Amino acid sequence: MKADVSSSGPPLVELKGISKRYGDLLANDGIDLSIEPGEIHALLGENGAGKSTLVKILYGVIEPSAGEIRWEGRPVSIGSPVEARNLGLGMVFQHFSLFDELTVAENIAVALSGDWDLATVRGKLGEISRTYGLALDADRAVWTLSAGERQRIEIVRCLLQNPRLLILDEPTSVLTPQEAEHLFTTLDRLSAEGCSILYISHKLEEVRRLCRRATILRAGRVVATIDPRASSAREIAALMVGSEVGEIRTDAPHHPEGEMLKVASLNLPPAGMHGQSLRDIDLTARAGEVVGIAGIAGNGQTELFAALSGERLAGGPDAVVIAGRPVGTTGIDGRRRLGAAFVPEERLGHAAAPTHRLSENTLISHAAAEVSRSGFILVNAARRLARTIVQSFDVRTPEGDPQARKLSGGNLQKFVIGREIIRKPKLIVVDQPTWGVDAGAARLIRQALVDLARQGSAVVVVSQDLDELFEVADRMAVIHQGTLSPLKPIGEWTKEAVGLEMLGVAQASGGVHAV
Amino acid sequence: MRFELTPRPNVSPVMRALAPVAAFITAFLIAGLVIWLMGRSPAAAFDVYVLQPLSDPWSLQELVVKATPLALIAIGLSYCFRANLWNIGAEGQYVIGAVLGSWLALKTHGTEAGLWVLPLMLLLGIIGGALWGLIPAFLKTRFGVNEILTSLMLVYVAQLVLDYLVRGPWRDPKGFNFPQSVTFDPSATLHPIFEGGRVHFGALFALIAVLATAVILGRTLFGYRLKLTGDAPRAARFAGFSSKSTTMAVFAISGGLAGLAGITEVSGQIGQLQPSISPGYGFTAITVAFLGRLNPIGILIAALVVALTFIGGESAQILLKLPLDLTQAFQGILLLCVLAGDALVSYRIRFVTRGGGK
Repeated sequence: MKADVSSSGPPLVELKGISKRYGDLLANDGIDLSIEPGEIHALLGENGAGKSTLVKILYGVIEPSAGEIRWEGRPVSIGSPVEARNLGLGMVFQHFSLFDELTVAENIAVALSGDWDLATVRGKLGEISRTYGLALDADRAVWTLSAGERQRIEIVRCLLQNPRLLILDEPTSVLTPQEAEHLFTTLDRLSAEGCSILYISHKLEEVRRLCRRATILRAGRVVATIDPRASSAREIAALMVGSEVGEIRTDAPHHPEGEMLKVASLNLPPAGMHGQSLRDIDLTARAGEVVGIAGIAGNGQTELFAALSGERLAGGPDAVVIAGRPVGTTGIDGRRRLGAAFVPEERLGHAAAPTHRLSENTLISHAAAEVSRSGFILVNAARRLARTIVQSFDVRTPEGDPQARKLSGGNLQKFVIGREIIRKPKLIVVDQPTWGVDAGAARLIRQALVDLARQGSAVVVVSQDLDELFEVADRMAVIHQGTLSPLKPIGEWTKEAVGLEMLGVAQASGGVHAV
Repeated sequence: MRFELTPRPNVSPVMRALAPVAAFITAFLIAGLVIWLMGRSPAAAFDVYVLQPLSDPWSLQELVVKATPLALIAIGLSYCFRANLWNIGAEGQYVIGAVLGSWLALKTHGTEAGLWVLPLMLLLGIIGGALWGLIPAFLKTRFGVNEILTSLMLVYVAQLVLDYLVRGPWRDPKGFNFPQSVTFDPSATLHPIFEGGRVHFGALFALIAVLATAVILGRTLFGYRLKLTGDAPRAARFAGFSSKSTTMAVFAISGGLAGLAGITEVSGQIGQLQPSISPGYGFTAITVAFLGRLNPIGILIAALVVALTFIGGESAQILLKLPLDLTQAFQGILLLCVLAGDALVSYRIRFVTRGGGK
């Protein structure tokens, strides 16, 4: 059973009036938050609402500008993560901090403070694994493990220190639905044993599944503390965003016809030491439809994108066919000239140059945009184009023609996608279109992609967000360890079936393995 | 306690414009302190270093003469540096340009060769420098060899090639065994712009290079390609710019301009080949390029400023018995001040007293 939230005695941790200022930006503005012993408390908010800042303050990574932290009623100053751990805080970050070349046990031993030999760590690891159902092979090298398994290492590492409060930052973003369910069971169990959990997320369903109290942040302030089970998903979303979030309009696709993209038996060796190779990829996208590629990060999405865009050339000319033309040996410029457009996962540094102005950033897809003539830049045309994109895609900019890095993630993503959509491409390939983007921007981007398809373009969306793919895709396939499942109409997929394909066990046995 | 640089949210354009001026004043104050510590009068040194050269027509011409190779080389280097490629070997490219251009001058020596000799010499100078610059570019794109090391080491190879030639096959037989070539014919000599003046046509080349580069870097796709390659290499690849061809192009350009500087200096200034044809122009030009913030007009100004320190340094050596090393020290101080000024415009220093950090 969960601990009674209204128990007497002081809360385990209490934040009072926490503020953090970065220059002109108030990332946290007078935040109050309290967590009872054994409570699973959700911290909800869009990207940029101030969740990460708050958690970093709690974990001693950054120093608050104002405010007080009380631990069991007594004021404390948490100057570093070491001090936080000594108090009894454990944190599982969204991005793992593991050494790829070391084994599981070694990774855990390295991070522990105090005297631990490998044998003791191995013993403890086995104990915790059994108790909480966190299966881990102590002697496997980390680079061979899935994201879910890596997350388990981080959790076990925290549990070894007997934490009183465990902080998890967007823990399910790298998990399959099955792995996520498994994690929830573990968290319920920890909570029953009296360990408090601060659960950071922007996924409402999970929060409703796990938590009785949720603190909602918006623009650095607490806007409400609610019982997520007593409110509808729509109400919570409205609190997070500050306005109603509409649904995506997807009229039935007209009969898609004309293959704009055809990939046949595409093979690609891995780029780096631990990169993923692509094996026998077959894929088609027709004019008028949205094709979704689901999969957990690191299963070959980046490589597939590079092969489709032409940043990496693979196989013979016929491995990739765009608009009927074999382009397997043609670079990205040539593919753009055929009417293809591409939006990579990384906004800053790949899709856009951080220190360049938006108008300069329009030059990146210069091969197909009207911003240069015989080698000379048409400065005014580039400015005009940037302005049109900003207006058409509701890009909020601090000034007229700002540097790309001055834009928030969501606004830059709208710009980068707008830059490609505005050309009315015949084919667009987008990798993680709404990764780290606020709900409002995500909706606009998805709608724009669906609209583009309905106007007769072929749209390929590679995404880790299953909800997103179920919302926009007409046909979908799952990528797992560099191979692609058959492409099926979206109606023939269930979340469970997708989860099994993500784990690569669909054909093997048809059932869920203990993973 | 430690220091932290935190970005300023808003960078004022006025501060950005005034930063080099402040850097200048600071550099002069530091240099004045050094001179004072050496027991000389800073005021007298300032007079000799700055005021006298600027008030005398002869030394004003000398200023342009010295600034010419600096500007030519630094303009070339700015192509490399913008693309985040480190050509440290302009000195070698300068020497090989001078050698290849001079080959024609020596070949045609004493013949009735006409007006075609000089343009061809200049062209050979450019080709020589470009080829020498392409060696590190090729090694980098083909085998991944670090261009800093190869371009620098090729400087010594180039200097030894020159040394061998002027002591061996190209030595003037009537030169009393001095290690130098014959004096070039008038047809192989770059003439002064004004009759009797010191400033030769090389200065015009530098000016053309500055203007052309201002257009190329600011207004062409090629210029944008360099900027993008330097600022965001993945975005450059995404834009369809191959990093290999960018590398080859910028090394060819900077090598070519260094080679042009070399042959211009030899045919316009020295008039023959000798073991030493440069007081380190190729290395000083790196300072010039950064003093000018890789901006063509900035580089032109920086070249004149650094040329001033060369001339002032020479007279300070004669008049005040100050060591010539002081000039180099001052160039270094100046560069550090300019870089620090730039950093302080964009960042503010914060003292962190407590533990924490990431």
